[in-house]
Amino acid sequence: MSSMTDSPPRESFRLSQLIYDTRYRSLTIQVFTLVLVCIGIYWLGQNLLTNLASLGLQPNFAFLNSRAGYDITPSIGTWITGYTSAATHWDAALVGVYNTLLVAFLGIILATVLGVIAGVLRLSRNWLVSRMMAVYVEGFRNVPLLLWILLIYSIFSEALPQPRDFREVEGAVSAASMTWGAFAATNRGFYMPAPVWGPGSGVLVAVFVASVVAAVLYRRYARKVLFDTGRMLPMLWPMVVIALLPVIAAYFVLGQPVSLSYPELAGFNFSGGLRVDNALLALWLALSLYTGAFITEIVRAGILSVSKGQTEAASALGMRPNRTMNLVILPQAMRVIIPPLTSQYLNLTKNSSLAIAVGYADVRATLGGISLNQTGRALECMLMLGLLYLALSLAISFVMNLFNASMKLKER
Amino acid sequence: MSETHAHTTAFVRDAVLPQQPPPATASGPLRWMRDNLFPNWINGIMTLIAIYVIYRIVSGLLPWFISPTWDQPSLSACRALFTELGQSTHQACWGVINDRWRQLMFGFYPAELYWRPTVALFVLLAGLAPVLFGGFPRWFMAFALASPFIIFTLIWGGTIWVPIVVALGLVIAVVAFRGLVKRNAILATFAGIVLPILFWLFLVGPLTAVLSDALPIGLDPVRSNQLGGFLLSVVIGVAAIVLSLPLGILLALGRASDLFIVNKISIAFIEIVRGVPLIVWLFTASLLLNYFLPPGTSFDLTLRVIIMVTLFSAAYIAEVVRGGLAAVPKGQYEGADSLGLSYWQSMQLIVLPQALKISIPGIVNTFIGLFKDTTLVLFIGLLDPLGLTNAIRASTDWNGIYWELFIFIGVLFFVVCYSMGRYSMYLERKLQRENR
Repeated sequence: MSSMTDSPPRESFRLSQLIYDTRYRSLTIQVFTLVLVCIGIYWLGQNLLTNLASLGLQPNFAFLNSRAGYDITPSIGTWITGYTSAATHWDAALVGVYNTLLVAFLGIILATVLGVIAGVLRLSRNWLVSRMMAVYVEGFRNVPLLLWILLIYSIFSEALPQPRDFREVEGAVSAASMTWGAFAATNRGFYMPAPVWGPGSGVLVAVFVASVVAAVLYRRYARKVLFDTGRMLPMLWPMVVIALLPVIAAYFVLGQPVSLSYPELAGFNFSGGLRVDNALLALWLALSLYTGAFITEIVRAGILSVSKGQTEAASALGMRPNRTMNLVILPQAMRVIIPPLTSQYLNLTKNSSLAIAVGYADVRATLGGISLNQTGRALECMLMLGLLYLALSLAISFVMNLFNASMKLKER
Repeated sequence: MSETHAHTTAFVRDAVLPQQPPPATASGPLRWMRDNLFPNWINGIMTLIAIYVIYRIVSGLLPWFISPTWDQPSLSACRALFTELGQSTHQACWGVINDRWRQLMFGFYPAELYWRPTVALFVLLAGLAPVLFGGFPRWFMAFALASPFIIFTLIWGGTIWVPIVVALGLVIAVVAFRGLVKRNAILATFAGIVLPILFWLFLVGPLTAVLSDALPIGLDPVRSNQLGGFLLSVVIGVAAIVLSLPLGILLALGRASDLFIVNKISIAFIEIVRGVPLIVWLFTASLLLNYFLPPGTSFDLTLRVIIMVTLFSAAYIAEVVRGGLAAVPKGQYEGADSLGLSYWQSMQLIVLPQALKISIPGIVNTFIGLFKDTTLVLFIGLLDPLGLTNAIRASTDWNGIYWELFIFIGVLFFVVCYSMGRYSMYLERKLQRENR
């Protein structure tokens, strides 16, 4: 290189070099783009200011501290924040955030479980089972999610019995009955037993957490022993024992601090127990089934991407099929699976905004719905909503990237 | 073989036996069942469970499906028919489809003009054919280029001069570029972009006014808010698909580019658009877009939705194409450079054909997602098929009808999306160059 740059023919800079000389052309293009973008943004901003001024509006977030004045269906968000209609718009937004997080979290878990099971079954040698999974995948992938949400919600609200159908009428069979005397699926919601936390239940929870941690530690120890010495310790049943036995013991030692309150029919409706809104259930099921169909294909592609020689090599080493799956195929397949899986998780989280179809009080419904309509602060609400979803997306990406990094091929 | 040996044996076969069919368990359906349904006991149990599940689903749904209600004019008539026949009322009432399928297809489009969207659909299919499948004569490609303008005229009606004059702008662009490209490539690009924009800004209005005064040819105009149903989904879907592909490719090139500012702007655009749900963007389009435009402008909600959906799916396509660009071996880029090709030449001739081929499945999946997402427009008050189900339920005849409509709409979407998926598989096979 140096021989070439030793004696460059010195030329004075000419204006045409900005276009014809590749050294300067990129600079020209970039400055040109930047100017165009700046003009565009300036134009939009100027229009915005003129329009707002003519409407007499100033961008202002003070409305968040004013009284919301509307009720929200009891949900996890209202339970955590203790929301009432006397709370502020900011609280309403928080309720929405919690509700969005809840449905996204539950959805991600169920979709992953469904997708992994269906993905493995899709590869089964069993013709009937693999066909069934293909029907599931194609059926859910090719029909709009919104349609599934509406369909499942309408099944819940139209086809399920009313609470009063559970009443026992003298001399007649009641139209519906509770499952095991504890669960009731009605068109007003799903009723199930609720835990009642008595005194001493904090200790119980602490014992539970500690024993789960102990079980995880045991697993790590067993793996270390396996990798260091080749001695295989039993894995499953000690973990179950470590995780459950202390909790059960503590439960009785502390004098049964946690009891269940069962839903009971009082008049025409149920009282007691825990009522899960049908809107949440329908949204959760539809989101999970829909995203699960995509995850199925991702899992299938991931497993197929591991070359057959790996399976054969594992059998040649004398591994049983399930150990082959756990120790050879899955760790390699995970590297292919995780990046698209991340984007499915992001999609699920964003799609949870379809809660609007069933009236579930997610953040779009509170902050971007009722609060927006009441205060007329469309710009501020939409901005906050957009930033919130952006932050959520970035957080999920971040966690999944960490997971991906831990799964990466560790080369020596 | 000695002679003596032959004498000592009692029997020697001297003719070949006729071939026997294989035993029943080793061929035919039995063999197939043993291999595919009952290879071992765990699979056998799975098969039995699967058969049971299928039986439960089918036996639960079939009586609901098979119901002689195609001619019934209302839900109450259906119910009356069931009581008359002494059957359970838990049956489908298909009369609603018979009664309302036109509305689900066309929304509130004037009934006497239904032929226009129908012809437009055929024009669309004919225009797509040369793009999707090779082997058409060259003049047919010209028809494909003209088809968007024909479809626009057919669906919205109005004077035919608007689309013609707008198309003229494109012709001006091509002529200006072709005429100048030999002399000065940069000037040609500049002229190819600026001349048609000036033409559209300043000449389209007067020119169409003059022409439609002189020769008032046209179709009855139809307002955008009369569009609805599946027609609306297809209009939004097709427009956004056609527009988002080039935009997405440009964004992907921007993101893969070395130019710092271009790169950062592309990344910012892609990540912001992808990070926020489409519903929020649609609400932005319907609530906020007017704030960002010069005071007094108001333009069509359908058009705003098309723009938003286009930008949204362009960001997704950009990510898919970026994957394709990254998968093209570095040697291909270097090869193009060493041939002395310019950036655009190397992209157009060497890199993009390979990158796009790799990204076909992803691009088609994005398109399928986009088409499904057109149903979200119901939340900002456009009447897509799902929005129309509410309108249908609002009538006294069909108050309380749900599943029949959902199934009909679901089948429509399934057919379109499934065909798109199959087409992408066909295209992948057609473009496959490696031998595996």
